[in-house]
Amino acid sequence: MRRWLLLPPFLWLLLLVAAPVAILAVIAVSEGSAGVPPFRPPLSLAEGWQGTLEPLRLLLADVFYLDAFLRSLLVAFATAALCLALAYPMALGIAASPARWQMPLAALVLLPFWTGFLPRLGAWIGLLRDGGWVNRLLQGAGLTAGPLPLLYTDAAMLVGMVHAYLPFAVLPLATVLLRRDRAVEEAAADLGATPWVVFRSVTLPLSLPGALAAFLLVFIPAAGEFVIPELLGPPEAMLVGRALWVEFFQNRDWPLAAALALALLLVLILPICLFQRLEDAGEARGSGPS
Amino acid sequence: MRRLGLALGLAFLWLPILLLVGYAFSADRIPFQWGGLSLRWFRALAANGRMLEAAWLSLRIAAGAATLAVLLGGLAGWALARFGRFRFRALFGVLAGAPLVLPEVVTGLSLLLLFVVLQGAAEAAFGWAPGRGAATVLLAHATLGLAYVAVVVQARLAGLDPALEEAAADLGAGPFTVFRTVTLPLIAPALAAGWLLAFTLSLDDVVVASFVSGPAGTTLPMLVFSQLRMGLTPEINALAAMVLGLAALLVGAAALILGRNGRVGDSAG
Repeated sequence: MRRWLLLPPFLWLLLLVAAPVAILAVIAVSEGSAGVPPFRPPLSLAEGWQGTLEPLRLLLADVFYLDAFLRSLLVAFATAALCLALAYPMALGIAASPARWQMPLAALVLLPFWTGFLPRLGAWIGLLRDGGWVNRLLQGAGLTAGPLPLLYTDAAMLVGMVHAYLPFAVLPLATVLLRRDRAVEEAAADLGATPWVVFRSVTLPLSLPGALAAFLLVFIPAAGEFVIPELLGPPEAMLVGRALWVEFFQNRDWPLAAALALALLLVLILPICLFQRLEDAGEARGSGPS
Repeated sequence: MRRLGLALGLAFLWLPILLLVGYAFSADRIPFQWGGLSLRWFRALAANGRMLEAAWLSLRIAAGAATLAVLLGGLAGWALARFGRFRFRALFGVLAGAPLVLPEVVTGLSLLLLFVVLQGAAEAAFGWAPGRGAATVLLAHATLGLAYVAVVVQARLAGLDPALEEAAADLGAGPFTVFRTVTLPLIAPALAAGWLLAFTLSLDDVVVASFVSGPAGTTLPMLVFSQLRMGLTPEINALAAMVLGLAALLVGAAALILGRNGRVGDSAG
């Protein structure tokens, strides 16, 4: 009887998640056209196979796209690594604080994420531009004579990315650290281990699934990020998200944009599967990284 | 040492936001430059018709999408946690989790292509098709929200003993009564938290909305993004200060709900 209740969400997901990805794959082998929409269906009843592998070939042949992919992966890796480095001490701090402070501290980490990320990027634009706070501080301290070009650089982009994604990294880490069994650490300390040895040989290994989940939770969306590089990064730095946006909105090359999306999905399929396995393992144990 | 790490991290997160809120009350025309205390930019915001219109549209889309997401995602999370093995369970689980892990540009582009194909089909069948705009954004955001609600509800149910529901059934309650009197009250906090999460996600989304929207569907984030591309204005600071105030209220409400019934991380997604 209640099986029928499964139908609405299942049909919804088939129509709005499965079908779109399938259509993406079809458009990626279509020929572009000047019409509306700007592609020709690759398979028609009258003419048979009309598709082309040209968009996919172009992706592999043009070093521009390969470059964009490598750059995106590098930026995503750097963002995730920086987030993890900042988030780990924060999560430890939350887990080590008294129980009644844990919820408000977690809320303090979450609240910026709910502030709206565009205004936060706006704040970074205001802080990093030539007459902005950072440059005024540097000049006031006599460290630099004139304003440094800080905005529209890779560094500005990374700062913006880390600022946007940091809450995503703190929460899974705080969750594993809060749920860990303190008795193991106490036992190690009773047996004569110094605090550093306890941390390195007990706390750190116990928190690894959470750390990996935190890394992937940042890495996966960061690899396809569009808005932050567009607003803070150097204009010439082409990342996959931007390349896709430009092909779609400016060049109106839908097949190529679809091919880029498909390629991004293919590149990320391994981290995505790894992340879902971690989640499932966590649920099975009842102490998931999420 | 641990306190220091937490303090530094929170300072990094909060300093730009606090500066932004402070300078929202500055009279100067250049953002982040102090020109005396003033509510000038809040008044400018209140008189900005385009901004108000976009904000109203965004609020309606977010409320509609969050409500749809709670209905569908609640069912999905319940099924994943309580229905045991059923046919295509693995596929169902992957589809329900996919919007959480797909990059925004992929979600946006693929949903737009779906809407274009559906429009083409409707055109061929009826000679007329509805245009893209607020409705397509709502459908896209409901799909994103569904995935988040499903995760939160599933996590909540996984932490609850099925014996509660079984006991009610043993005492003669029908499946609907069990759901209404036992399951629903137990997952209500997760549903509320999921609604808030879906609501804020929708209010924050630029990329997916930019792909699937049409000429008549400019949401607030789309408008703010196009303004930021041209340059920062103090009005955006004033807007951010107001959004932060609202978000603080919502998070306070969510913390109260979760604080009574759950632990940290239950709503982390």
